[in-house]
Amino acid sequence: MNPVLLEIEHLTMRFGGLVAVDDLSFEAREGEITAIIGPNGAGKTTVFNCLTGFYKPTVGRLTLHHPSGPLLLEQMEGFRIAARAGVARTFQNIRLFPRMTLLENLIVAQHNFLMKASGFTVGALFGLPRYRHAEQEAVDRARHWLERTGLVMRANAEAGSLPYGDQRRLEIARAMCTQPVLLCLDEPAAGLNPRESAELNRLLAGIRETEKIGVLLIEHDMSVVMGISDHIVVLDYGKRISAGTPDSVRKDPAVIRAYLGEPESDAVA
Amino acid sequence: MIAAAAPSPLPAALKEAAVAAVVALALAIPMVGFYTVDEGGSLVAKTRFDWVAIAVAAVFAGRLALALWPPAWRLKPRREPAHVAVDGRFTLMKFFGAAAVTVAVVLPFLPFTDRYIIDVATTVLIYVMLGWGLNIVVGLAGLLDLGYVAFYAVGAYSFALLARNFGLNFWECLPLAGIFAALFGVLLGFPVLRLRGDYLAIVTLGFGEMIRIVLVNWQSFTGGPNGLTSIPRPSFFGLPFTRTPEAGETAFHEFFGLEFSSYHRLAFLYFVILVLALITNAFTLRIRRLPVGRAWEALREDEIACRALGINPTNTKLTAFAIGAMFGGFAGSFFAARQGFISPESFTFIESALILAVVVLGGMGSQIGIVFAAILLVVLPEIAREFAELRMVLFGAAMIGIMVWRPHGLLSRRDPSILLPLPKATGAS
Repeated sequence: MNPVLLEIEHLTMRFGGLVAVDDLSFEAREGEITAIIGPNGAGKTTVFNCLTGFYKPTVGRLTLHHPSGPLLLEQMEGFRIAARAGVARTFQNIRLFPRMTLLENLIVAQHNFLMKASGFTVGALFGLPRYRHAEQEAVDRARHWLERTGLVMRANAEAGSLPYGDQRRLEIARAMCTQPVLLCLDEPAAGLNPRESAELNRLLAGIRETEKIGVLLIEHDMSVVMGISDHIVVLDYGKRISAGTPDSVRKDPAVIRAYLGEPESDAVA
Repeated sequence: MIAAAAPSPLPAALKEAAVAAVVALALAIPMVGFYTVDEGGSLVAKTRFDWVAIAVAAVFAGRLALALWPPAWRLKPRREPAHVAVDGRFTLMKFFGAAAVTVAVVLPFLPFTDRYIIDVATTVLIYVMLGWGLNIVVGLAGLLDLGYVAFYAVGAYSFALLARNFGLNFWECLPLAGIFAALFGVLLGFPVLRLRGDYLAIVTLGFGEMIRIVLVNWQSFTGGPNGLTSIPRPSFFGLPFTRTPEAGETAFHEFFGLEFSSYHRLAFLYFVILVLALITNAFTLRIRRLPVGRAWEALREDEIACRALGINPTNTKLTAFAIGAMFGGFAGSFFAARQGFISPESFTFIESALILAVVVLGGMGSQIGIVFAAILLVVLPEIAREFAELRMVLFGAAMIGIMVWRPHGLLSRRDPSILLPLPKATGAS
C-alpha cells in the first residue's frame, strides 16, 4: 500500500450556525486518486478551501506528509500552502488569467521557482545567465504540460479565448506546473461533453502513473469518479457517510439513500 | 508572416518610399526650399533646405509605414489566430516606437521649434513619464490609484528640500527622491492591501489629498501655500546654463563656444526628461518579462488564482506600488528642477485625474497608447487656449468622445511577454 500523504482529522468548519463540515476524518495516499463525492451542498468545496488555506478550519488537524517532513496546513497562510507545502488546486468556476496567453499562465504558475532564480528581480534585471536557464526550464515544463493536455498549438493564444473544455485542462496543466505533491481538483469534469470527460480521465490516469503525487478529486460525473478513483469518500451534510473502493461505495445503502432518498414506506406497501 | 504574404515586402516598400521621396524632393525645392525676404525695398530669395530635408524624410517614412501597414490593420481590428497577429503587431509597434523616438530626439534641432514648442513638448514628456509610471500600478497590477500625484509631490519636495537644506545637486537628489517616493508607496500600500477596485480608489484619493494638505499646513518645513522658491537648476555635467557663471565655473555656452541662449537650458531639460521617460519605458518593458511583472498582470487578472499558485499577493502589490511611486518621484524632482518653484497648488487632485486619464485613454497597459494620450491631453488644452472659459468644456467633450468611440482606450492591445516557438505551418503537421 502507498504511504499516506494527507491526513484529515476531525475537520469541522462552522459559518455562524451552519456546520458546513462536521467532524470529518479521512486520509489520501501518494500515487492514488481519492474522490470526494456527495450531493450539492454537502461541504466538498469547503474541505478544499480549508485544505488550501482559503478558510481557517474551526476545529481539526490537516497533516501533509511532505518529503521534507510533516506540515500542519491549518496553521499556514493561504499562498504558503501552495508555495511551501506543494498543494495545488483548480476551481469549480475556472480561474485562469484570461488575458494572458496559455504559456504565460503556465509560467506564472512557476513564479516562486523563477523568482528565486531571478535573484528577486535584481539579478534578472541585469540579465544574469542563471535566470535565463531557469526561464528555459520553466518554458520546457510548460511545453511538456501543454503537450500532455493537447493545447500546445494554442500556446500563444489568450487563455480566455479557449473553449470551455480546454480551459479546464489548462487549469490542470497550470496546477501541475507548480510541481505539487498534492493536486486538488474541484469538479474538473463539470460542463464537459462525454468525449472531453474521457480525455480528462486519460489525463488524470496519466498524472497518477507518471507523477507519483496524491490527487484529491471532487466530482459529480460518475463516469470519471468510478473510472479512475482508487478510494472514494462520500459526504452528506458535512458528515462522512461512507468511504472505500468504488465498488463498495456504489453498493453502500447509505450512499444510495443520500443520492436517491429514502424509499417511502407507503409506496412500498 | 504577414510581410511574406502581403504583395509588398520590405524591398518593394523601400522602393516605393524612395520614389515618393524623390517626388517630394522635386515638389519641395520650389515650394518650400525658397522664400523671399523684403530687404530694404528689394525682394531677395533665400533658401531653407533644412525644411526640404524634413519634408522628404517625412514623406519617405510615411509612405514606408503605409506600405508595411498589415492589411488587417487597414480595416477594423479583427481577431486573428494569435501567432499570426503577434508577428505583424510586433514589427508595426517597433516601427511606431522607433519613429516616435526619432522625432523626439530631433525635435529641438528642427528649424520651426521654438521655446514654446519645446516647453509644451517637455510637459508632454512629463505626463508620458507619469503615465508610464502609473501604468505599472493601474495597467499592469490592476490597482486603481487616484492619488498618484502624492508621489509626484514627494519627489518634487524631496529634491527641493534636499537641494535647499543640504546643497545637493539635481543628479544627487534624483535617486534619493525616487527612494523617498517608493517608501511612501510602501507606506500607502500597507493599509490598502486588502482593498480592490472602488474601495482602493477612494483610499488612494484620500492619501493624495492628505499629502497635499500636509504640504499646505506644515509651514516651517514645506513653506506652506507659498511653496519653495529658488530651487537649483540642473547643470550639464557640472556646466551651468547661465550667461555669467560664478567665478571658477565654466558655463555651457562658453565650454562649447556657443553664443549664450536660454534655449540651451530648455533643450537640455527636454533631453533630461526624454531620457528619464525612456528609462521608465525600458524598465517597464523589461520587468514585464520577469516573474514580478508577470505576477502583477496575473494579480490584475485573478487574485484568488494567484494565491492558489503560491504567489504572495502582499509583496507583489507592494512592489507595484513602490516601483510606480519611484517613477512618480523621479518625474516630480524633474518637475521641481524645471520650474525652480513648487507649491502645493501643483499637486491637486485634478493632476491625479489627468495622469489616470492618460493611462486609461491610452489603453491600459499599452506603452505607446500612453504617449498618444499624453500628447492629446496636453496639446488639446493648448490648442483650445483661445476659447478661454470653454477650454475645459471642450476638453471634457473630447474625452467623452474618445471613450464613446474607443471605450478600451486608443490602443488596448496587449503583447504577450513570452512566446512559445511553434512550427510555422499549423495545418501541415
